[in-house]
Amino acid sequence: MSDLNTLGLAEARDKLRNGNVTSVELTEACLTAIEGAGALNAFVHNTPELAIEQAKAADLRIKAGDAPDMCGLPLGIKDLFCTKGVPSQAASGILNGFVPGYESTVTQNLFDAGAVMLGKLNMDEFAMGSSNETSVYGNAVSPWRRGNEETALTPGGSSGGSASAVAADLCLAATGTDTGGSIRQPAAFVGITGIKPTYGRCSRWGVVAFASSLDQAGPMTKNVRDAAIMLETMCSHDPKDSTSADLAVPNFEAMLTGDIRGKKIGIPKEYQMDGMPAEIDALWAEGREMLKVAGAEIVDISLPHTKYALPAYYVIAPAEASSNLARYDGVRYGQRATLAQGDGITEMYEKTRAEGFGHEVQRRVMVGTYVLSAGFYDAYYNRARRVRALIKKDFEDVFAQGVDAILTPATPSAAFGLGEMTDADPVKMYLNDVFTVTVNLAGLPGIAVPAGLDSQGLPLGLQLIGRPWEEGDLLNAAYALEQAAGFVAKPQKWW
Amino acid sequence: MLHVFTGESPLMSIDTDTAARVAKLARIKVEEDALPALAQEFNTILGFIEQLNEVDVDGVEPMTSVTPMRLKRREDVVTDGGQQDKVLFNAPDAREGFFAVPKVVE
Repeated sequence: MSDLNTLGLAEARDKLRNGNVTSVELTEACLTAIEGAGALNAFVHNTPELAIEQAKAADLRIKAGDAPDMCGLPLGIKDLFCTKGVPSQAASGILNGFVPGYESTVTQNLFDAGAVMLGKLNMDEFAMGSSNETSVYGNAVSPWRRGNEETALTPGGSSGGSASAVAADLCLAATGTDTGGSIRQPAAFVGITGIKPTYGRCSRWGVVAFASSLDQAGPMTKNVRDAAIMLETMCSHDPKDSTSADLAVPNFEAMLTGDIRGKKIGIPKEYQMDGMPAEIDALWAEGREMLKVAGAEIVDISLPHTKYALPAYYVIAPAEASSNLARYDGVRYGQRATLAQGDGITEMYEKTRAEGFGHEVQRRVMVGTYVLSAGFYDAYYNRARRVRALIKKDFEDVFAQGVDAILTPATPSAAFGLGEMTDADPVKMYLNDVFTVTVNLAGLPGIAVPAGLDSQGLPLGLQLIGRPWEEGDLLNAAYALEQAAGFVAKPQKWW
Repeated sequence: MLHVFTGESPLMSIDTDTAARVAKLARIKVEEDALPALAQEFNTILGFIEQLNEVDVDGVEPMTSVTPMRLKRREDVVTDGGQQDKVLFNAPDAREGFFAVPKVVE
C-alpha cells in the first residue's frame, strides 16, 4: 500500500489494531510523501530517524495490546512547540540554533500515547501572521490552486505548515496553535478541520508564548472524528501552566452521535460583513439549512460588540507579545548579533532584536510597547481589556438564553495568493481573523469545518463556536455539519 | 455591522521622534531612514484601534483572567535546580558557568 499517508487518524488506528498495517509502514509512507513535497515548504525540520524509532516502539505496544488511540500515528508538529533535542524556533531567526532540553506538555501527552513525530512544521514567525509569509523559513504553500492557474496560494496562518501538510497528506494530522484564528483560518483555507479548545484545556507549557491570555493549542485533522481523538490526547491538567484547567477530559469521540435534534444554534447578525463575497454568505446560509434539517433550532442572535473585537485584539495581543518577547535578548538562547568594537549591552540587545526579529514581529512588539507605555496604558491597554470583558459578556448572554452553539463563516474570503497582500496596509491582513478573534478574546472553543468550494475550486469553511468546556457537544455539532456538507474534495497533486 | 477604519487617526499622530522613542523602549534598533515609514504604520494601526473609544466602558472592569479561577498554591520550597549545564546549553556565549555579556560596568 503506497497511499497509507492519505489515511485519517481513526482509519489508521483501526487498521493498526486489526493488524492490517504497521506504524513503521504508515510512517514510511508519510516520510516518502514529505520527501516529494519540498515545493510546499511545510516541513522545516525533518526527524525521520526519530519517527522510525517511535514507530517501532509503537508497533511493539500495539502488539502487546497496549495501544492508546494515538499510538503509532505519524504527526507533524508546529515549530512553536518545544520538542526535546529537536530544533524549535517558532519560525524566527532569533531562535536560530535553539534546541530545547525539554518537551512541551502537549507533545509529551501525544508521545506518551505513542504518537510519532515526522518533523516540525512551518508557521508565521512567533505565530504572528495570517498567511505564513512572515516565516524565517520562507512561505509555506497551499496544495490547492485556483482552477488551472499556477499562482502559489497561501495555506493561511499562522499554522500554515500544519494546514498544508495535512491537506497534502504528508502526515495524518498536525498540531496547531490559535491566538486569533491561527488554527481555524488555515484549516478553512485548505479544506481540513481545526479546533481551538476552551482556554485552559491544553497546557501552554513548552509552547513558545505569543499572547499568553489568548494562546491555545489544538489539532488540525482530516475530519471531525480525528479532531475529537487527537484533542482528547492533547488536553490535560498541567501544574506547570497556572491557567491550565483542573477538569476531567471527556472521551470526545464517544460524544459523536451526529444527533443534534433540539439543539439551539445561534446566527449572529453582526457577522454579516460589508463587502463579504456572496459565496461566503451563501455557504453560511447553506450551513444554517443543513443544521436545521438535522433537527437543530436556528435562532437569530446579537453579539453587539463584535466590531470591536479586532481593534481590542490588536491592543491586547501586541501588548502581551511585547512583554513575552522581551526574553529574546541574545543572552540566554538563540542568536546574538555580531557586535562592533565598543558596543555595550544596550547595543547588543538592540542589534540582536533588529536582526533576529522579522518586520511583522518588530512592528507588533513596538505597538505593544507603545500601548503599555506611561501615559497610554489606560487609554489603550485598559480600555481594550474593558472592551474584552464586554465581548465575553456578549457570548455569556446568548449562552444564558439557551444557545448551544453559534454558526459563522470561518474566514471572510477563500485563500489568497502569496504576495497579493504585501502592499496592503497591515490592517487589511488583520481582517482575516475577523470571525475567529472574538472566540480567543472570550476564551471559547471554536472549530472550523470544510463546507464547500468557491467558483475557483478553493475550499471554504464554516465555524462553530461552543460553550466553555463543552468541546464534546461542539464536536458533535461539527460532526453533524460535516456529514450534511459531505465535503470530500482534495487538491490535485502538482508538487 | 463590521466596518473598518483604516485611515490616519485625526486625534493623534505619531511622529518620527515618537517612533524612535518606542523603538528604543522596545530595544530594537531602527535606522534613521526607516523611522518615517514605521511612524506611518503605527498611525495606521493606532487609527484602527481608535474605534475602541466609541465603546461605553463606564463601570466595566478590565478583564484579568479568561476563566475566573483561583490560582493554585504550593509550598514555597525549591522543586528544581542543579541544572547549570542545561540552562547554559543554548547560550550564545557562556563562560565558566555563567552567561557572558559585553561589559556593563566600566
